[in-house]
Amino acid sequence: MARQIGEVILEVEDLHTYCFTRFGTVKAVDGVSFNLRQGEALAIVGESGSGKTMTALSLLQLQPRPAARIVKGSIRLEGEDLLQKTEEQMREIRGKRISMILQDPQTSLNPVFTVGNQLIEAIRNHHAGETGRSLVRRAIEGLKQVRVAAPERRVEDYPHQISGGMKQRVVGAIAISCEPKVIIADEPTTSLDVTIQAQYLRLLREIQEETNLALIFITHDFGIVAKMCDRVVVMYAGRHVESGPVRDIFNHPSHPYTQALLRSVPSMDEDVKRLYSIEGQPPALWDLPSGCRFAARCEYAQERCSSEYPPSFTVGLNGSTHSASCWRLREST
Amino acid sequence: MSATPVLQVRGLKKHFPVTKGFLWKKVVGWVQAVDGVDFSIRQGKTLAIVGESGCGKTTTAKLVLCLEQPSAGEVLADGKNVHALAGDALRDYRTTVQAVFQDPWSSLNPRMRVRDIVAEPLVVNRKFPEREIEERVEDAMSRVGLRRQQANLYPHEFSGGQRQRIAVASALVSKPKLIILDEPVSALDVSIRAQIMNLLVDLQQQYDVSYLLIAHHLATTRYMANEVAVMYLGKIVEKAPTRELFGNPLHPYTKALFSAALPSHPDITHEEIILKGEVPSPINPPSGCRFHPRCPFAKAECSVAVPIEKEMAAGHVVACHLYS
Ligand SMILES: Nc1ncnc2c1ncn2[C@@H]1O[C@H](COP(=O)(O)OP(=O)(O)OP(=O)(O)O)[C@@H](O)[C@H]1O
Ligand SMILES: Nc1ncnc2c1ncn2[C@@H]1O[C@H](COP(=O)(O)OP(=O)(O)OP(=O)(O)O)[C@@H](O)[C@H]1O
Ligand code: SF4
Ligand SMILES: [Mg+2]
Ligand SMILES: [Mg+2]
Repeated sequence: MARQIGEVILEVEDLHTYCFTRFGTVKAVDGVSFNLRQGEALAIVGESGSGKTMTALSLLQLQPRPAARIVKGSIRLEGEDLLQKTEEQMREIRGKRISMILQDPQTSLNPVFTVGNQLIEAIRNHHAGETGRSLVRRAIEGLKQVRVAAPERRVEDYPHQISGGMKQRVVGAIAISCEPKVIIADEPTTSLDVTIQAQYLRLLREIQEETNLALIFITHDFGIVAKMCDRVVVMYAGRHVESGPVRDIFNHPSHPYTQALLRSVPSMDEDVKRLYSIEGQPPALWDLPSGCRFAARCEYAQERCSSEYPPSFTVGLNGSTHSASCWRLREST
Repeated sequence: MSATPVLQVRGLKKHFPVTKGFLWKKVVGWVQAVDGVDFSIRQGKTLAIVGESGCGKTTTAKLVLCLEQPSAGEVLADGKNVHALAGDALRDYRTTVQAVFQDPWSSLNPRMRVRDIVAEPLVVNRKFPEREIEERVEDAMSRVGLRRQQANLYPHEFSGGQRQRIAVASALVSKPKLIILDEPVSALDVSIRAQIMNLLVDLQQQYDVSYLLIAHHLATTRYMANEVAVMYLGKIVEKAPTRELFGNPLHPYTKALFSAALPSHPDITHEEIILKGEVPSPINPPSGCRFHPRCPFAKAECSVAVPIEKEMAAGHVVACHLYS
């Protein structure tokens, strides 16, 4: 594999993004930290509403305004503090250094413009001075890079004329067109068929090998994590509750939520007698308990769990990068 | 293995006309949505149909539910062709076959109270006295884990997982022999999927009801089904008992589908068969074996002759020239 994991290029520390609504403060992101290295694929997993998309949007400062605000934390891209940037500087960074593939490909392409137009729109800013034919050539190049067949013809198509798998490729082409360092893919394949999904994941992997870009996969599918990712961040109710190398997470899940989540998915590779099911629901984000947020659903919960938020404990040997926030780990360390 | 079939499907076809023109619609082609499908479902067992978008799974389900008329072939229940039924006999058939669809957000009527949604299959049948309806609704609701007080609420007052429970309660209330589950969990959050799958498995044991499960998520199929049929462009290309199929997939499409499925652990690597291109259109599908343009093993005869089903092991049939 040509992929090389290099320097840390993105550092997120103690990120908090709150939504201020009529009903109160929704703590959509409430303490998330992780590092991302060059060439690495990082997964952010967690159930619906746990704050994954809001985390991603915050990285680009695209959180829905004015309701949502980043109230605390830091985001560093190649050492530069993004929260100190002006809106104009952020516009430069978006697309050029970090770009995002949205959850729903249907909404990320504009139905009234051709595929070519949309690609050109994305490239134009970054190739100032170029016009007409040379931009079209770049657009065709871009489609070739995402293995779209007959790209010369495809640039003239409108989004409704192409299949879902093809749309997702075009969105991918737009995302990589300016050679960003980081791509955030938010549930990039949920709407695709199994074999088309496999093609697309393979494509992302190849692009990653060619360009050594860093990928963040936002997903609730542990299959994508197992297949594509090097490291995992597990989120629950706005916080990261566990993170570590992918094998450590699968072999020694240490937060009861991660354990439960892994036991609740059926396997394609072996017979499972009975799935574990996590009863109850996550707490409301505008009325969070002071202790561990999983306590009400946790089969190991003790008194302390519901009164005091557990700190992050290292799992495994000294120097391990696997950690989880659960009081049970205190006893074992 | 010897349980009697509750449903038999023979040579079932559904072709939709493709029309052109505004006033005088001219038929310019046919969508061969379902094109000669055979299977049977045994009592208390689950048959799963897997395959990619547009291969004809939902159309098959609609034919079984008598929501569509077949272009050819038949669906037999108790030895009778269900598409020839009318009046009371048709209403009776409809109470014995129920369905739960994918989308818990749109499949329930938003203006009906939960009680009425659950009761509907009984009301439609016109034979059940008020008292019995009430008792059965209460029973069905409690079996799926809904509380009695919730009967007066409307669907929007429930979460996705609870709505799917309502749909299951409604499917159960007429004590059907067969429930069609069309992607019953794919719209739900991960942690809720397990609850609904376990519920369905438990209810099957209690009621001895059969399921026709439509899913594209193979792991779900492995967990729930006794037998699996793999569909490609309107045809079943392989069918086998679940264990047998997962252990020994034979058809190149099945192999590709399985190899494309995501692994359950980073150390598991499936042999990767990445297919070329996309599923062709069911309008004028490819000649011979419909899979031949994408098949990595295609031989000359594959583009010419339609492969015939062959039984390779007990209950394991495959339609592919590599095995004939
Ligand atoms: N504009 C907004 N105003 C108020 N709350 C919001 C707003 N946008 C999102 N939220 C809330 O923030 C929380 C986090 O949402 P987010 O979209 O990040 O979840 P997610 O983990 O991406 O979920 P999913 O898997 O469903 O995409 C949710 O509870 C959501 O209801
Ligand atoms: N009423 C109709 N008129 C014309 N074509 C139809 C009609 N219903 C379905 N089709 C076509 O028949 C084919 C099979 O559709 P069907 O809905 O059965 O697929 P499916 O396997 O359920 O797919 P999915 O996984 O996307 O639900 C598709 O090409 C579809 O466009
Ligand atoms: S019949 Fe031929 S084309 Fe079809 S699946 Fe078998 S080998 Fe491939
Ligand atoms: Mg999201
Ligand atoms: Mg369907």
